[in-house]
Amino acid sequence: MDVVLETRGLTRTFGRVVAAEDVNVQIRSGERVGLVGPNGAGKTTFLNLITGYIRPDRGRILYRGTDITGLPPRTITRMGIVRSFQIPQLYPGLTVLENMLLAIAARSGRGMDFWNPLRREHEVAEAMELLAAFNLADHAERPVGELPEGGRKLLDVAMALALRPAVLLMDEPTSGVSTRDKFEVMEVLMEVLRRSGVTTLFVEHDMEVVYRYAERVLVFHSGRVVADGDPQTLFADAAVRRAVLGWE
Amino acid sequence: MKLHRLGGLILIVLFVGLGLLLPGWSRFLLTLALARGLLVLGVVLLMQAGLVSFGHGLFFAAGAYAVGFAVRDLGVRDAFLVAILGAGAGLGIALCIGPLLARYRGIFFAMLTLAFSMILYGILVKAYRITGGTDGLRIAPPAFLGWSSPEEHLGSVLYLFTLAATAGMVFLVFQYLRSPLGYTMRAIRDNEVRVEYLGLSVSRALYLAILLVGAMGGLGGALNAMSVGHVDPNLVYWTTSGEFVFVALLGGTGSVFAPLVGSIVFEFLRTYAYKYIPYTWQMGLGLIMLAILGFAPGGLWTLYELIARRMSGWTWSWKRGA
Repeated sequence: MDVVLETRGLTRTFGRVVAAEDVNVQIRSGERVGLVGPNGAGKTTFLNLITGYIRPDRGRILYRGTDITGLPPRTITRMGIVRSFQIPQLYPGLTVLENMLLAIAARSGRGMDFWNPLRREHEVAEAMELLAAFNLADHAERPVGELPEGGRKLLDVAMALALRPAVLLMDEPTSGVSTRDKFEVMEVLMEVLRRSGVTTLFVEHDMEVVYRYAERVLVFHSGRVVADGDPQTLFADAAVRRAVLGWE
Repeated sequence: MKLHRLGGLILIVLFVGLGLLLPGWSRFLLTLALARGLLVLGVVLLMQAGLVSFGHGLFFAAGAYAVGFAVRDLGVRDAFLVAILGAGAGLGIALCIGPLLARYRGIFFAMLTLAFSMILYGILVKAYRITGGTDGLRIAPPAFLGWSSPEEHLGSVLYLFTLAATAGMVFLVFQYLRSPLGYTMRAIRDNEVRVEYLGLSVSRALYLAILLVGAMGGLGGALNAMSVGHVDPNLVYWTTSGEFVFVALLGGTGSVFAPLVGSIVFEFLRTYAYKYIPYTWQMGLGLIMLAILGFAPGGLWTLYELIARRMSGWTWSWKRGA
């Protein structure tokens, strides 16, 4: 399969902290990749580097063979690499539906439209369909500020999906979602992603979620990718389990 | 949406009626209130994005002086042409300083707008040969597409002209606030990072807003100048800009009509305060501001919303869209 996303020698330090060190990764089209590792291992930094939120000290990022190193998040987003956030990044002053509609407007190239209303029938229908998939339809007209943490988290992911990404990067999509709902949400999410063939990278601390939904796992430690493989093989590796995942 | 249109229509009929019935002096106040209301509307619009403009007199004076020069040097007297020139002058200034302004937030944005306005103040005061210094410029009464109004009706005609221009701008801003770009403004106040991560340009959205606000302010300045018949550097002094912010808070940000309500209330308040407490009128305004902040922090518009909700359960709040 063809490589969609590739990093070559990606390195970034913050003072003495090495957040990324010589990260070389190739992501193939349609893959669902779990990023795991202890806190501070460089998982979120990896997402920040790919989406242009921070620049690497060294190394390059290629998207479908094009160098995207140093481009701003807005340009990278428009190219099809979209992310969701560990701490939901929403517009608390707007309603749940308006948050979604703004994402849809941005995707359809209406972001700078100053004349036609944000609420258009077919776009509202699209937004409601996505909200329904995440059990948020009943909250559509509520201000985001009134939504419980779990709901905000799902809305954050739903907004990313509304951009119809080619590559979706999710930073702990189910943290803050109750354990009871976690798998239900992942089931819905993965079904949507599978159907649309979106290449997916997700940071996740719950190894059960990773085991069930990732086809491939990248293990981060101190800014490096220390292991790369399918979850069955990796989690069976005693060294990986002890040193990186903290399992006995 | 239909409710909005109906409400707008009723308001226009009401204002036309008022203009014909009111005595000359209060019609004059109403004209000034509408013209200055456009500036306040601009301040409120930028507040949607979390930006406070403390130099709005810049656009006000740009529009007003454009009229002054056009009348004196170019011999232009047509009100329509003059209004367009005023809006163009505001737009021109916004085009130049917009890219810089769009990069700043919070107190830095406020101070930068203040700085630009005070630079213009300095130029207007010092360039006596061109601008007339602190004496300012006199503006001859305008004509309307070749028709000159008789002296005794000029006030009414200017009022209707100002009303029409204001109504047009209010409609434009109303459309704008319901559009994706209008929502982007509020999204910028809430979370700039996510705006960029939707693939939208924060600086371009703000630049466009500044252009709109600049043109609208220039138009307000031109309308004000035509009615007063005189322009002077006080139009861009910082107290004038402060007044626009004051009125924005007085009226509230709950609707496109709120800045106009605030502006009308303010003009009459000031006139009566000046009449009945000539030595302490500023203190009077200060006390009113304290009362507003204490009891209706959302401005006068919250009082209207309270009453409207009690009466029928719907409001014209723009937060709900259409």
